Order: sequence, then structure tokens, then C-alpha cells
Amino acid sequence: MSANNEIDYGTPASSSANQVTLEIDGHKVTVNAGSSVMRAAAEAGISIPKLCATDSLDPFGSCRMCLVQIEGARGYPASCTTPVAEGMKVCTQNDKLASIRRGIAELYISDHPLDCLTCAANGDCELQDTVGQVGLREVRYGFEGENHLDSEKDTSNPYFSFDPAKCIVCSRCVRACEEVQGTFALTIDGRGFDSKVSPGQNQPFMESECVSCGACVQACPTATLMEKAVIDNGVPEHSTITTCAYCGVGCSFKAEMKGEQLVRMVPDKNGQANHGHSCVKGRFAFGYATHKDRITTPMVREKISDPWREVSWEEAIGFAANKLKGIQAKYGKDSIGGITSSRCTNEETYLVQKLIRAGFGNNNVDTCARVCHSPTGYGLKSTFGESSGTQTFDSVMQSDVIMVIGANPTDGHPVFGSMMKRRLRQGAKLIVVDPRSIDLVSNSPHVKADYHLKLRPGTNVAVVTALAHVIVTEGLADEKFALERCDVESFGKWKTFVALPEHSPEAVAELTGVPAETMRAAARLYATGGNGAIYYGLGVTEHSQGSTTVIGIANLAMATGNIGRDGVGVNPLRGQNNVQGSCDMGSFPHEFVGYRHVSDSQTRMQFESAWGVTLSSEPGLRIPNMFGAAIDGSFKGLYVQGEDIAQSDPDITHVHHALRELECLVVQDIFLNETAKFAHVFLPGSSFLEKNGTFTNAERRISPVRKVMTPLGGKEDWEVTQDLSNALGYPMNYSHPSEIMDEIAALTPQFAGVSYEKIDEMGSIQWPCNDETPDGTPIMHADHFVRGKGRFMLTEYVATEERTSSKYPLILTTGRILSQYNVGAQTRRTENVAWHEEDRLELHPHDAEVLGISDGDWCGVKSRSGETVLRALITDRMQPGVVYTTFHFPHSGANVITTDNSDWATNCPEYKVTAVHVAKVAQPSAWQQEYQDFSDNQLSLLENRIAVNE
Amino acid sequence: MQDYQTQKPTVLEILNTHQAMPGNLLPILHGIQDTLGYIPPAAVVDIAKALNLSQAEVHGVISFYHYFRETPPGEHTIRICRAESCQAMNGKVLETHAKQQLGIDFHETTADGIFSLEPVYCLGNCACSPSITIDDEVMGRVTTEKFDRLLATYKGAK
Ligand code: SF4
Ligand code: SF4
Ligand code: SF4
Ligand code: FES
Ligand code: FES
Repeated sequence: MSANNEIDYGTPASSSANQVTLEIDGHKVTVNAGSSVMRAAAEAGISIPKLCATDSLDPFGSCRMCLVQIEGARGYPASCTTPVAEGMKVCTQNDKLASIRRGIAELYISDHPLDCLTCAANGDCELQDTVGQVGLREVRYGFEGENHLDSEKDTSNPYFSFDPAKCIVCSRCVRACEEVQGTFALTIDGRGFDSKVSPGQNQPFMESECVSCGACVQACPTATLMEKAVIDNGVPEHSTITTCAYCGVGCSFKAEMKGEQLVRMVPDKNGQANHGHSCVKGRFAFGYATHKDRITTPMVREKISDPWREVSWEEAIGFAANKLKGIQAKYGKDSIGGITSSRCTNEETYLVQKLIRAGFGNNNVDTCARVCHSPTGYGLKSTFGESSGTQTFDSVMQSDVIMVIGANPTDGHPVFGSMMKRRLRQGAKLIVVDPRSIDLVSNSPHVKADYHLKLRPGTNVAVVTALAHVIVTEGLADEKFALERCDVESFGKWKTFVALPEHSPEAVAELTGVPAETMRAAARLYATGGNGAIYYGLGVTEHSQGSTTVIGIANLAMATGNIGRDGVGVNPLRGQNNVQGSCDMGSFPHEFVGYRHVSDSQTRMQFESAWGVTLSSEPGLRIPNMFGAAIDGSFKGLYVQGEDIAQSDPDITHVHHALRELECLVVQDIFLNETAKFAHVFLPGSSFLEKNGTFTNAERRISPVRKVMTPLGGKEDWEVTQDLSNALGYPMNYSHPSEIMDEIAALTPQFAGVSYEKIDEMGSIQWPCNDETPDGTPIMHADHFVRGKGRFMLTEYVATEERTSSKYPLILTTGRILSQYNVGAQTRRTENVAWHEEDRLELHPHDAEVLGISDGDWCGVKSRSGETVLRALITDRMQPGVVYTTFHFPHSGANVITTDNSDWATNCPEYKVTAVHVAKVAQPSAWQQEYQDFSDNQLSLLENRIAVNE
Repeated sequence: MQDYQTQKPTVLEILNTHQAMPGNLLPILHGIQDTLGYIPPAAVVDIAKALNLSQAEVHGVISFYHYFRETPPGEHTIRICRAESCQAMNGKVLETHAKQQLGIDFHETTADGIFSLEPVYCLGNCACSPSITIDDEVMGRVTTEKFDRLLATYKGAK
């Protein structure tokens, strides 16, 4: 059902630039050509009764409720399928129309249970509204005839139910699943009176192809498809616009509330990233926010073997401040540091790095983006001059050739994945570069990759350079663009480099496992197929040559002129909701806000005068160096906000060792996460529903995050950081996050024009936003590159040191799935576990046969760093020799096996390539057993915590 | 019902002989039904995959056409005419009787697998209404008694 109190225009807006004037019920109305009569009327404030039309879907014309009369036209055309014409005269109301509409309404109602007063949708039902609107008062047909009133309800989906007795077979759900989501999971079964909505082959929703995106629930005009939360809690009474806290798409939602209770999240039609669409995570998986595992009272302890002690906020903050000061006094200023989170807001992240630089007096700040997209920052900054993607999401609708490298948009960035699929169904061509057959390759209805470059993990650079080789040697480069817009000397050198015979597809075919002809064909298509856009993800960055591949991708775009306009560009798909923002906000040890180096004295002086302190010009420690320093004894205190480094970082045994060495670990989070099991101070965090702030998505869009309920722990996260700073002796005195944003704007050229007023006014803003671009910048590098001239850089392939051998014959690569998010701390605490209850080891049937492993067997997975045990899932998505797993559950220990190899430029860990040995085993690994014991012990220390007033 | 694994090769072969294009769905469905007598629900997964459609879409098409069946037909298929002339000559009574005797509805098959029942619309035998066919043989003036006799004969013939 659509969101509360929203106008439904009945059919989508027309994008035509021409205007048409017509007359509706005597009023002159001017609308875009190509609009439907229904939409034109709605825009003029005249509402025509309708059932099968809604403005998120193309008109269908099946219910006939929207009939109108048009002067000079015969009969009663449906207004939803009739386009406007100049001078048309439309009548939407007269006795004849009223009587036809009543007749139609009566037919629907005679096969509909009349339990409106007790129906969950009462007051929020379009059938009810329409019937009221047409003035139906009595039903002549009895209920004795054949009807559907005792059809069985399907409650298999954890979040919504399907009650066919209430269905009017308007097909809105079927069309939403096709047009909006692109899953095609629903159909109309049978025909005529027997027709009914069927998920899959007349299966329960959970057994069908449904991915639970909610688009059908949104489109349904009755209570047939309905959120269970609304059935249980009643129709919400007020709503606030906010932003999803899961992935980098950053969908806009209406949080619909009853008092302080969140009843449902409804995707916002005006959301510029999602246009009213959602995925199962943002739409439904918010139950974690009030889960019983939330810790809402601060806790402290001297040693991690002690039970926790609940204390007041003052005591906890004082305890942490004393410890940290003590450590600095004893071991020196640089012995402490902090980690910011890509899940917290821009304002919170800014404040943490400010606390570290100004309060701690060093630059020991880093962020989890280190482990995912730091190579993007480096690679794009070096070539284009700015550390960010170049496009808006909408740009993909103008693309002719889409190349997806090491990303899985339908699982990782589902709402953008749906948009991309829509474009592909319209005929854009698709190239996929990935070791696995992701859904886009051939498992999405009506979408198929034209070329799938199923490469060996770790050979991205060789493939990207081979594509460049073809473009240059076959004369497909856009020389004019490159010579005009790019650094000519670097272009020349690059051409010579990539043209070398050792970079030809034929030369690297064996190494990469991709047939030379496929590489050639893909390169030709990208270079000559019209607007070419590249989307990439962690399959590019999380490698020992992550930065090199990013550079290689930028080179391809510059060489083919695919940059600076709609439909083209280079677009990192960011994993977490605020990865872009946390990077922008100065989370890296070497950069201030806006990617300015700490050694740049002009910038430093600006910050020194604004913050009233002297700042260090030395870059601080990166996360892996912090761990190293902790183990060698020079790093003793760490403040971690909203990040679970003890689960998400590679070579976890090493990380755990480091954490045990710390004298004071302060963790601020909503749950006692894995990292908190090593902590001395626990500060309760607030969920995204409990605070104000902003998130920045993968298209640089700054969107509002709004407080809809009181923080369970009593404080918003930025308030906690502020308290800690004050206790440490560096004063902070903000009364609202908007003041923090004002400070960011004053200190950062890219954000100079950003303010809360502006965000409220525009809904969201894409940075850079300043005097030159007061309304933000959807497409970057339009007239010139940010760095002036685009710079080509050479991309020499260096094989990773992580190689297969007779001892470790397989390559393990890692990824994620739709229903779970990152380390899973949130999604594991929702009904989403119905789709994914454990991490599995995927392997090709051939490997499984050789190893004697059957589906569901326990497999020991051993690498040079460690060993863990996972259950097998045999699938031909994999290629022989490559195995795959996700890391959503801590006891899976996927990161016990990943190594500490990392990207040469940024230390981004090489999660995507680990040589492993796989064998069938009977029990969990020694690490898993040990960790289980440690974890059980920590949970009992939490269970037996000393309560605050005892 | 037969194990799909034994039918799968046939389905794959039919898929192979037609070009994998969504437009070829109908010929493929006909091919499968002609060969196997029906379209096994498990085959829908393979058909959808081959044509790059969803299972729901394939199912929607199968269920739209009464001609396609999703269960194996009985050894004998009885079709009862429901068009005007037969209706006027007590066809409705015959229809009810037949359903009762067989214990099944239209588009279903008896538990012993001998008979399937389908509706049909005019067999061109209106002069002798009500009409039915059993397998390919047309029979006219079918009273309830005659129907029972026919059932017995076909059962006995087994
Ligand atoms: S929830 Fe989404 S995927 Fe599932 S049937 Fe509805 S629209 Fe389709
Ligand atoms: S379930 Fe809802 S949207 Fe779908 S056909 Fe029925 S009434 Fe229409
Ligand atoms: S696509 Fe991402 S941002 Fe949008 S609802 Fe899903 S998780 Fe949230
Ligand atoms: S709303 Fe126009 S035909 Fe249904
Ligand atoms: S109506 Fe039954 S055979 Fe013609």
C-alpha cells in the first residue's frame, strides 16, 4: 500500500519537453506532452477514480474505473491509457460516468469481504476510497455465487502477508515486480473468473523467486499484500523522511510511526537515489533497532576477564578519559588513536576525527573504508583529481554499454541493481568481469550478459590492461577527447605501454583464464557501443593491486571519452551506507576533510585556527599499523565508533591478538559486537532512527538522517564524542549536528554550499556544492577534470604473492548476499535470517567431486593464516579451482583464513584472493572452538554484569 | 507422477531444438506436452532458465491456456462438450454426473490414473447432442447410463 497522504498521479510523469494545453471539467490545464489524461487531471487537483493505475507503473487499462468522456470521441475511454492532446475537452464527472463507475465498483465489491471496519488497511485502502468516491451504497449481487472469499492466506514471508480473498486482480503487484524490481516473481494464474495472483508456480512467496523487495506490497491498492507490522500495530499516524542505513545506494524512506514506534519504512517516491523503490533490508529489516540485545547503559571494566559494571554516562566517560590520558602520559602522545565508522553520520565521523587530531593531538585516525574502498580514493584522485564516482545513479538510464567489474549490484546494491536491469531490458549491452556467474550474467529474467569475462581471481589488472591494448592497437580510442582533456604526455606513454605485445589478450588469456576473443569483443563493444559506463565494487579494490585496477578503469574511460556526461563514467559501488561520507570527512590518517594532505601547511593552518590547537603534520597510523604497533607495545589505547574490526578485518587471529594487548579499548556501538568483547569501556550507540545527521551515498549525494525516536541509551553518538572530548580537556560545544555541518562547510571547498536548510529545501545534494555549483554536481568532470587534465597512469600487472600451490590448491574469494549486510550485526537480528542462516562455502561440482564433498558437508578451509569450517554449497556459478564464501556470521571465521596481504598503495586488504586447501571434516576448527569459548565467556560476563544501582 | 530426472533429458532436448528465445515459449510447451503428455512442474525451472524468463512467467503462460496440463493425463481422456447445443440437450446433467462418477473435476485425473476429464466447446456433432469424445473417438447422445457403460468398457479394456 502506498505511503500515507501521498498524491498518486496514476501514471508516471512524462519527460517530454513540449507542453500541451487541454480543458478538464472546464479548467484549462497545461502539462507535458505524453502525459495521460488521468495524470493531467491529478496535476490540476482533479482526482479520477482508479484501481489498476498507480504512478510508479505504466498504465494497464484493465479496471475501467477511470472512464471519462472526451468531446468528439466515441464511448468512454480510460483516462489512464489516453494521452492528452492539444485542445482536448475532458469531462471526468457526470451522471452517466457515475453510474458506470458504480456498476464496476459493485462488481468488485460483490466478490470482496466486507470487513472494512476490522481490516488492517481500514483508512488506507484504495478500493475503499474508490468505492466511497463513486458513491456505491448497495450491492445487488449476493455473495451466494462463486467467489474467492475463502481463499487461503499466505503468511510465509516474514514481513508481509498475502490474502487472496481481498485481491481485485488489478495486476499492480505483477507489474511492480516486473517493471520496478525486475524479478518477475509474480504472474496471473489462469484467466477469467479463475484468474488469481500467483508467486512463481503458485507457490508460497517464500518458496517462489521473490526477493522480498516490497514493491508489490507498495503497489497493492487493497489489504491483499500487506505489511505484517501494519496488521499487528495498525495504520501509522505520522511520518518523517530519512535515509536507509544499510548500503551505499542511500535510499530515501518515510519512517511511518505510531508515537515513538516505527511501524513501517516506506520508500519515498521523491527520493532521488531510489525513486520510490527499496530492497528487503531497508524496507523491512529494521527490527534490530529495538532488539533486546541493544545495550543501553554504559559499562566499564579494568580487565577484559572482569565482568562488566554498569555505570552512569559521567562515570563511563570519566573512566575512558582518565585511561586514555594515563596512557598518553606513560607511553607518549602517539600511543592512542581511533577508528571512525562508515555507518555513522558525516557529522559523527567528522567529530571523531576532530577529537583525535585536536584532542588526542595526533593523526592516528582511520576508517573501515581502509578495508574496502581506499583504492578507489587513491586511484580516482590520481587520475581524475577527485576521490569519488563520477555519475548519478540515474545516469545509467542513458548508458548503451554497461561494464560491471567485481560487483554484484543485484545483491550488494539492490535498488540500483533494479534500475540497471531496467536499462538492460531496454536494450543496453552488458559486460560482466567477475570470477563468479553473478545473477546479472544469466540469472535475471530478460537480462543477459553479452560477454562474461570469468577471470581467475587476482588477474583484474591483466584483463583491464588487455582491454586497453585492444582499444589502442585497433584504433578505437577517442583521441580527440584524450588529447583535449587529458595530459598528452601521459596519454602517449600509456598508449605505448598498453600496446606492448605482452599486454595483448592472446598473451594473457592463459593467465587470466579468459579467452582472448572474448576480451577483444568486450573491448570493442565498450569502446564503440555508444555511452559506456563502468561500475565496479570490492572485487576490484580488495586485491594486492586494487589501486592499479582502479587506475586501469579510469584509463579506459579517459581513452574512450566516456567521462563527463550522462550515461558514461566510472562508478564505485560503495558497500556501506556512508563509506563515501566517512572518507570525505577526513577519516584517513594522512588527510583532512575534503582529501587535503596533513602536510599541506596552508590547509593545516586553516584547521589550526578554526580548532584553536596545533596540529601534527605527520600522517598517523593506518588500521593495520595500529594492530602492528599494539602487538609491539607502542600503541595502547583505541576509541572505536560503530565498527566491528574484530570480525571484518582480515587475518582475524592477528587482530584479536592486537586487541588483547590494548590497555584501554573504548567501543561505542548499539550491540556488544565482536570488538566489544575485547573492550574496557562500552558506550551505548544510537541507531539511525535515534539521531540527526546526514549520510553520503555512492553518487556523492548528501541525504538527511532524522531522529524519529529518543535514543535508547539517552544520547546521540555525536553527543558522546563531544562528552569524551570535553572530559579529555578539548572543549566542544555543539547543540545540534547542523552546527557541525556548518563547520564542515566553512572548512571544506567541496562542501562550502551545504547546510541543513539547503538539504531540507532540495531533499538531498550531490557534492561538490559551492559558489560555482550552488545546487550540487550530478555529473563530475563535465568541462574539465578536477585536477585540470586527466592523467593516464601505467598499470603493470604484478601477480599477488598469494599463490596456489600443491598444499593450497584452490583460490578462495569472498562476497556478500542480498538479505544480509556486512558483518551482519544488524541483519542477523532480523527476520532476514529466513533467507540466509549461515555462511556457506560455494564450490564447483567438479572440485566437489574430486574432493569427495557433497552439498551440506562440513568442509575444513585452511590457508596460510588459519583454518575454519563451513558447510558446502555446490553450484556451477563457480569456476573450477575457485571457492567462495560470505562473512556475515562471526563464527564462520571467513577472516581467519584471509591473509594480511594488501594493496600496495593503500593497504586495503586482499580479501578476494586467498589460496586454500579444502577437505571434508567432522567438526569445527580449533579456532572456531577456541573462539566459541571466548565468546561464550564474554557473553556470560555481559549477562552477569553488575547493574547500575546495586 | 514420474520422476522428473527421467524426463529432464527429453525437456532439454526440446529446448535445444528450439532457439532459446522468449518468443519460442509456446512451441516449446507444445513440444513438451506432445512428447510427455503434460508439462511437469519441475520442467518449468529448466524452461525458464533456457529462455531467460522467470518461473512465474512460464507458469502464467501454462495456466492461461487450458490446453496445457501440469499433471500426467490418464490413459484415456474424456472430453465433454459444453457448447450451446449440448447444453440444451442436458449436457449439464451429464457433466455433473461424469464428475461425480469419476470423482474429479475438469482438468483432473482419477486416482487410478485411467481417466482425465476435460471440457471442450463444440465437437461438430451437434445433431447428436450431448456429445463427448474418449481419446479420439466422438460419441453422441450420451445419456448418463450410456456414459456409465462407456466407463465400464474402457476400464475393462485395460
Ligand atoms: S516483494 Fe518484490 S520480488 Fe517479491 S514478489 Fe513483491 S515485487 Fe516481486
Ligand atoms: S494482490 Fe493487490 S496489487 Fe496484486 S492483483 Fe491483487 S489487489 Fe492488485
Ligand atoms: S538498496 Fe541499500 S539503501 Fe536502498 S533499501 Fe536496500 S540497503 Fe537500503
Ligand atoms: S485505472 Fe484506468 S483502467 Fe484501471
Ligand atoms: S455443441 Fe456439443 S457438439 Fe456442438
